[in-house]
Amino acid sequence: MMTWPILSVVTFLPAVGALLIWLMARGGDEAAARNARWIALWTTLINFAISLILVARFDPTQAGFQFVEEGRWLTSTIAYKMGVDGISLPFVILTTALLPLCIIASWKVTNRVPAYMMAFLILEALMVGTFSALDLLLFYVFFEGGLIPMFLIIGVWGGPRRVYATFKFFLYTLLGSVLMLLAIMALYWNAGTTDIPTLMTTAVPRNLQTWAWLAFFASFAVKMPMWPVHTWLPDAHVEAPTAGSVILAAILLKMGGYGFLRFSLPMFPLASHDFAPLVFTLSAIAIVYTSLVALMQEDMKKLIAYSSVAHMGFVTMGIFAGTMQGVAGGVFQMVSHGLVSGALFLCVGVVYDRMHTREIAAYGGVVNRMPLYAFVFLTFTMANVGLPGTSGFVGEFLTLIGTFKVSIPTAFFATLGVILSAAYALWLYRKIVFGALVKPSLASIKDLTFREVVTLGPLLVLTILFGFYPKPLLDFSAASVQQLVTNYSHAITAVKAAALMQ
Amino acid sequence: MNLTPAGYSLLPVLPEIVLAVGAMVLLMVGAFRGQRSTPLVVTLAIALLILTGVLQCHYLPAGKLSTFGGSFVVDGYARFLKILVLLGSAATLLISYGFLSERPRRIFEYAILILVSTVGMMLLISAGDLVMLYLGLELMSLSLYVVAACNRDDVKSTEAGLKYFVLGALASGMMLYGMSLIYGFTGTVNFAGIATAAKTGSVGVAFGLVFLLAGLCFKVSAVPFHMWTPDVYEGAPTPITAFFSSSPKVAAFAIFVRVVLTAFPNVAHEWQQIVVFVSIASMALGSFGAIGQRNIKRMMAYSSIGHMGFALVGLAAGTPEGVQGVILYLVIYTVMTFGVFTLILAMKRNGRAMEEISDFAGLSRSNPVLAFLCAMLLFSLAGIPPLAGFFAKFYVFTAAIKAGMITLSVIGVLCSVVGAFYYLNVIKVMYFDEQAGATDSVRVELGTVVVISALFNMLFFVYPGPLVGAATAAAKSLF
Repeated sequence: MMTWPILSVVTFLPAVGALLIWLMARGGDEAAARNARWIALWTTLINFAISLILVARFDPTQAGFQFVEEGRWLTSTIAYKMGVDGISLPFVILTTALLPLCIIASWKVTNRVPAYMMAFLILEALMVGTFSALDLLLFYVFFEGGLIPMFLIIGVWGGPRRVYATFKFFLYTLLGSVLMLLAIMALYWNAGTTDIPTLMTTAVPRNLQTWAWLAFFASFAVKMPMWPVHTWLPDAHVEAPTAGSVILAAILLKMGGYGFLRFSLPMFPLASHDFAPLVFTLSAIAIVYTSLVALMQEDMKKLIAYSSVAHMGFVTMGIFAGTMQGVAGGVFQMVSHGLVSGALFLCVGVVYDRMHTREIAAYGGVVNRMPLYAFVFLTFTMANVGLPGTSGFVGEFLTLIGTFKVSIPTAFFATLGVILSAAYALWLYRKIVFGALVKPSLASIKDLTFREVVTLGPLLVLTILFGFYPKPLLDFSAASVQQLVTNYSHAITAVKAAALMQ
Repeated sequence: MNLTPAGYSLLPVLPEIVLAVGAMVLLMVGAFRGQRSTPLVVTLAIALLILTGVLQCHYLPAGKLSTFGGSFVVDGYARFLKILVLLGSAATLLISYGFLSERPRRIFEYAILILVSTVGMMLLISAGDLVMLYLGLELMSLSLYVVAACNRDDVKSTEAGLKYFVLGALASGMMLYGMSLIYGFTGTVNFAGIATAAKTGSVGVAFGLVFLLAGLCFKVSAVPFHMWTPDVYEGAPTPITAFFSSSPKVAAFAIFVRVVLTAFPNVAHEWQQIVVFVSIASMALGSFGAIGQRNIKRMMAYSSIGHMGFALVGLAAGTPEGVQGVILYLVIYTVMTFGVFTLILAMKRNGRAMEEISDFAGLSRSNPVLAFLCAMLLFSLAGIPPLAGFFAKFYVFTAAIKAGMITLSVIGVLCSVVGAFYYLNVIKVMYFDEQAGATDSVRVELGTVVVISALFNMLFFVYPGPLVGAATAAAKSLF
């Protein structure tokens, strides 16, 4: 059925686009900048179109990996292997879909445009690669490689404290990941291969499971980020350019959750079961504590960043509940959060472009001048709160149901978080949008431009669509999630049965 | 051709003979034609190195060769590393054209000394007994002491040469003392003989081993014998610094590996302790010491100390995988560090060398291509995938994990995170800081070396198979 390596094309096409920019958009003049923008936009659009072929050809009834490609790489046991299943494909699509929007949102960037576009394209290649790698080392290479472009994006095009933020981002993430690398090596010697499908079916000794789980956890918890290793995220978000924040919130954070689903649960089921209380505790703290922190923020981006940490708490909680609803809800919540938080950062970008400040106190009453913006922002705020009818509700609801079956206290505290999230999100919305337009600097602020409508429109439609009709997305990953949950519970019941026999 | 005078086959040592004789011929050329012949001598020296490489690859019969009663061994391991050493020396001469073109420095002896030290390195790599080891090491080192000080009118350069010589002589003395102890307690200088005679628990052998390793640690600049490195790296002319960080390191490391694995396999526990300690100390000192440096050559000196620590992780494992990791580490490290030093050499502002890290400010605007290549090399040194430096670390740590050295590995990767900080700092200066001024145009040969080195680092992951395979084969020949 497959005649061409479609996944590799989707992965490496952006890199080709970056090469094109390097070849065709030399120099610092306006023409080069324009060329770079258009090449980047077309590359990402074409890539999105090709990735839709993946959706069309994908068979959601199969739980295994599809579109598998294999080639020789380091040795016969460490190969170039790509493939997607129902869990990874949504993230691939999320990535390819958001990138054109990011490029459009960055249309007004004037500083070193060709380099900017190249960094984003390379980043897209690495992100798609991360989600579609089926070899553990290949995954690591993509996963860590993404640090380089992101380091430059925050550092070159970021805000005033960009150097501090980007160093913190880089070193934090690297610190977590190197431990995972050691665990990858240990798994390699245990199974004799780094092939992910093989590793999923290879039994890992209990002792190694514990250590490897902790090492993977170190990496994914930082990436996710979970409390208490989340402190890099607000800094990185605040300093990153708008599109950088969007990528960070919408896609890079999802790599942590994806890692838990792809590696921690299937490969170390016993350790996952043992450590689930730890994850529940950290998630509950994250949800309640970072929501409270968000209430106190004076910077819009920081507030959304903290709310991201809280929402990721729902995801980790759902995943480690190990129930069908929890895991499916985790996947859904990640996709939904990708749409919603990405859109919220774009919304902040809209007013930031006009006023050059993100301080909440500098705004007020913009509804009088920007009714369309007020409507769009309201929708995404509600989705962030988890109002029924938006995609945010479905994810939170499912993860909560999934967790109630396993740990009632966790679910209880997480539900408190829902209330708190309504508090800070509505508070933010009220401060910015409602009230009288008294500040003189806001008197001439303009409503959304066509370009901004183009970036926010698709996200708005999807948020509402998945809110009312989540079935397509849930069906898409259902088979893979079902298999994951079944294998997980089998592994645990087998151990429990063995313990009872003794 | 009869190559067996006095009952010794000269065939295995033919490349070395050609190189040594060629160096002497070139010395005559230089002596008779004077300083104006410098470019010619350098060019001929490069050709000679290439010829030696070709002989090494194509003229010698395959398999393991040995001569002089087993004191000179040519196996897959030696062949692989000799090629690397020859490449390093040839590249050094290539980047030295500009340095040697200025009037007070038109010294043709420079090329001769590099050739002679290369002969020393090749002997060292092939050494099968302690005498050949010492001979090769001294031939290499004596030439290096002189080239370090070849910028005669510069105080720092002469100081570097003198420091290197005094400390190097001390290290040689210690090593010789260790060798004499080993000889005294085992009754032989031959590695294979030592291997059968050396038993665990022999105090004399243990002492000898410690002194021998101390000397070798000095040569590879591993902690606690690293003190000379920052001063010599900073003081020596930049092409020489590039040289120091490549070929001699490879040769010294090669014999380090060969000695402990072929002469002391039965006392593995003893040398492993030493190697683990030296490795951890080097990684930690290299990572933390580099943070405060302002001069990029000093920073690279600390980086080199740290990298030797990482390479020693592979040796600590003491397995074929470990040796394979070491070999790959040496190849990749040599290419990376050589690229960085060439880049430092290439960067000039109004004819003045840019050696302070702050001189690099805003390089991404004044020379974006160079800045990009430099950033890639630095990310690679930091060990960030998908660049080659990551795979170097991957192989040594994989070997260590397989050998069960978890603590060493964890400390190692944590040091690599600390190390990433100072590489990132240079990138920060290049990309995030305000421009410090325009840079001069780059000499063609320097630019070529930098581009090749950076491309190797960036594209290694695309097709790593051949190099990895060659390293595996080379490592197997030691066991």
